[in-house]
Amino acid sequence: MNTPLRRVSLAMLAMIVLLLANATYIQVVEADSYRTDPRNQRVLFEEYSRQRGQILSQFGGYIIANVEETNNRLRFLRKYTDGPMYAPVTGYYSVRYGAGGLERAEDSVLNGSDDRLFVRRLSDLITGRDPRGGNVEVTVHPKAQEAAYKAMTAKGHTGSVVALKPQTGEILAMVSTPSYDPSRLAAHNADAQQESWNELIKDKGEPMANRAISRTYPPGSTFKLVVAAAALEAGETKDTQLTAAREIKLPKTNTTLENFNNNPCGGGSTASLETAVRLSCNTAFAELAGKVGTQKLTEQAAKFGIGQTDLQIPMRVAASGLGPIADEAALYQTGIGQRDVALTPLQDAVVAATIANGGVRMLPQLVKSIKAPDLEEISGFDPDEVERAMSRSNAEALRDMMIKSEENTQGDGKRSDLTIASKTGTAEHGNDPKRTPPHAWYVAFAPADKPEIAVAVLVENGGDRGLAATGGKVAAGIGRATMNAYLGGR
Amino acid sequence: MAQPVSGDSAGQQPNPGAGHGATTPEAPTRRGTELVMLAFAALLVTGALMLVEANQEQQLTARIVYYGLAYLALFAVAHVAVRRFAPYADPLILPCVALLNGLGLVMIYRLDLAYDERAIQTGRDIEDAVPKQIMWTALALVLFLVVLTVVKDHRTLTKYGYTFGLVGLGLLALPAVLPAEFSEVNGAKVWVRLGSLSIQPGEFAKILLMVFFASFLVAKRDLFMAAGRRVLGIDLPRARDLGPILVAWAVSIAVLVAEKDLGSSLLFFGIVLVMLYVATERAVWVVAGLTLFAGGAFVAWSLFDHVRTRVDVWLDPFADYEHGGFQIAQGLFGFATGGVGGTGLGAGRPDVVPYANSDFITAAIGEELGFIGLAALLLVYTVLAMRGMRSALAVRDTFGKLLGGGLSFALIMQVFVVVGGVTKLIPLTGITAPFMSAGGSSLLANYILVALLLRISDAARRPTSSGGSKPRVAPKTPIAEAHTVMVERPS
Repeated sequence: MNTPLRRVSLAMLAMIVLLLANATYIQVVEADSYRTDPRNQRVLFEEYSRQRGQILSQFGGYIIANVEETNNRLRFLRKYTDGPMYAPVTGYYSVRYGAGGLERAEDSVLNGSDDRLFVRRLSDLITGRDPRGGNVEVTVHPKAQEAAYKAMTAKGHTGSVVALKPQTGEILAMVSTPSYDPSRLAAHNADAQQESWNELIKDKGEPMANRAISRTYPPGSTFKLVVAAAALEAGETKDTQLTAAREIKLPKTNTTLENFNNNPCGGGSTASLETAVRLSCNTAFAELAGKVGTQKLTEQAAKFGIGQTDLQIPMRVAASGLGPIADEAALYQTGIGQRDVALTPLQDAVVAATIANGGVRMLPQLVKSIKAPDLEEISGFDPDEVERAMSRSNAEALRDMMIKSEENTQGDGKRSDLTIASKTGTAEHGNDPKRTPPHAWYVAFAPADKPEIAVAVLVENGGDRGLAATGGKVAAGIGRATMNAYLGGR
Repeated sequence: MAQPVSGDSAGQQPNPGAGHGATTPEAPTRRGTELVMLAFAALLVTGALMLVEANQEQQLTARIVYYGLAYLALFAVAHVAVRRFAPYADPLILPCVALLNGLGLVMIYRLDLAYDERAIQTGRDIEDAVPKQIMWTALALVLFLVVLTVVKDHRTLTKYGYTFGLVGLGLLALPAVLPAEFSEVNGAKVWVRLGSLSIQPGEFAKILLMVFFASFLVAKRDLFMAAGRRVLGIDLPRARDLGPILVAWAVSIAVLVAEKDLGSSLLFFGIVLVMLYVATERAVWVVAGLTLFAGGAFVAWSLFDHVRTRVDVWLDPFADYEHGGFQIAQGLFGFATGGVGGTGLGAGRPDVVPYANSDFITAAIGEELGFIGLAALLLVYTVLAMRGMRSALAVRDTFGKLLGGGLSFALIMQVFVVVGGVTKLIPLTGITAPFMSAGGSSLLANYILVALLLRISDAARRPTSSGGSKPRVAPKTPIAEAHTVMVERPS
């Protein structure tokens, strides 16, 4: 009986060897990929025991996200001031669900592991102080942000507001509604965290979506700015004559394309480009797009940044695009910002800011500087000029047309002492466009002669006005409120 | 030297002295070694406890003294009992058990601290597991004492083989028969609940059934060997000889499957297979058993949702991370975070793994002590089982050999099923790590197992007292002291 016993002993040893080999595989060979898995909460736990850095505004050091010391093992609790207002700026930071938005994009700075903080970590180690995270200073202007958020939420709009400083690309406001309070996800109580998370991801209003940068929408008539820029760059002028017809047939089809409310474009049989911008004539712009051609239009769009797939502010921004323009009919429809054109609100703000900046496109940026725990600046802001999208004179010509357009635009918040250059948009979408409330757009900058702020406002599905919504009635007032807050509140 | 096997003839009272005429020189009892090793185990355990305190509480409190003394006192009693009732028992078995049990207690205490912390956060009351586990340890040592004193000679157990078999089956089936409110916890219907006390009768049934199988197989061994038919060059025993064991086996597996206790089914299957193989010395049993297992596993996989879920989670724990895969994925994260050296006792987060103090206690060890600690732990189990195996090899009667071999294998098999499951080597089936996991039944049963192993090792090393008539070359050392390779096969 001893022979089988000895063989069984060998089998037992083999089983242990197998266990050891498998443990080696998990704990040595594959260890790194398991350890760094975002679902491995241990990494977060370790971070939590370090004091996470603040997120603060460049204006007056207004603190947007901070930590509060607790007496439980996670030591520091993330706190957000006006959480829902700033959620698109900050993102969230959760023990169970990881981090999102800026909290994720700048995680290495905030948690203190960034290489730029290395020397300070070392000195903390030597002096025996607990290592702390660095601070992130954002470009956001608290008054503009608040005005935009309040204007959007006052009427329960779903949508987004983005404001940029035209000369530098600094993001002055970034609002997305409906929003959520990231403080709820930062709660140390695991059940509360889970409950909030489930509630938020199940919410039909998608409060956690950052509509400013992660959603694209048909831009409607605001896209006429891009078409007009392409035409001006191709040698047309504000006096170029275009059709004034109430409706036209799309080339080689029986489909008609008509002006808003089937209005004529001004009084004559033809209308100037200036009139077409002022009255936002669809027929004229469809024809103009046909005249400019697919190639030049696509190139001009690219110069404004449309089609860029790798933009990071530092959060990743969804790519805007024109879609495939298969034939002339599609080109006509593209010319009025319909068909397959899709822009993020940020992208539309970039178009306005580029015109405001004399035709030079600046890279939009959310981070003003990286600061050490003691608020000493480690890495500063560097305005990044991407390219010249159009000549200064053409930009000025387009600006003048936008001033005329603003004069023709309804909505609240007009000020006699402030000249605004703007363009509205009322974009059809959905399977049954005539019966789906349109998206209302408003892009603008002010003061027109010396622009300090450019905005894009998007209100999904007509906001509170339903089918009767237009960019002027729904979105313009929100844009003006945002600009007024910024210009008046310094 | 001759193979010291005797008592082969079935049903008879084997005589331990037969064939061993010569008096061996007075063998050392090696109880002193055991005491030194126990003290060493106590040192390691107290050290581990101090590390936990230092890392968790940032201070050393008097509680360490309380726990450390309780531990020492318990095993001092066990040591005295072994000294008195099994003086020739293997000197390493008890220290290994003490070390495993002690480390288990430290880990459970360490997790209690983490759970207390969480209880403060969630505002829920959590009952500490460690006082209960200490109570169970004390109870287990009492049982250990009782087994050592009552079972003076392991061969007397053969007399009760069938009784044990019946009682074993009864215990196994008890939770399945009882209404769910008395027997079901977390979907497994393997408990008997009396008030706040929960017992898994299956754990005890395993030991009883192993005794039954060993005595039955020894009794029928010759019949298996001789009275079979030869089919395709394989000696098959007659059905009526094998009948009872197959019936008992099938019934116990069926009961375990019905109770959704996959881990125990797997464990049981393996143990019986090995005992059959050792008794018959026919490798064909292993082949047949593995074939049966493969077939049974496939049938179970196609019939039962819970089996399919286990397999899916095993193949890819991250596919259904939020539900089925969470536990094993978190366990793997823990192992990986621990890496080679571990985070240090009390410095990791093993509490994020559900059931960290029972089924996943080895994951907690792997996280906080790293691969090095886990490997050391596995080697302690190996030493324990190999000492048992060596006693089985050295003991003179076939019943002792078979029971000793089966018990030793049962230990390693438990370790394999639980550690293999936790590290994703095999599907997770949820059984406890012997001597370490929180839970009374497993601890009690494994202490009975160890008491029996000690009894067998005592018989193996105990010098034969009676003077022999036939001259015989006396081995220089008792067989249990000799190196295994020196023992030759019978020719």
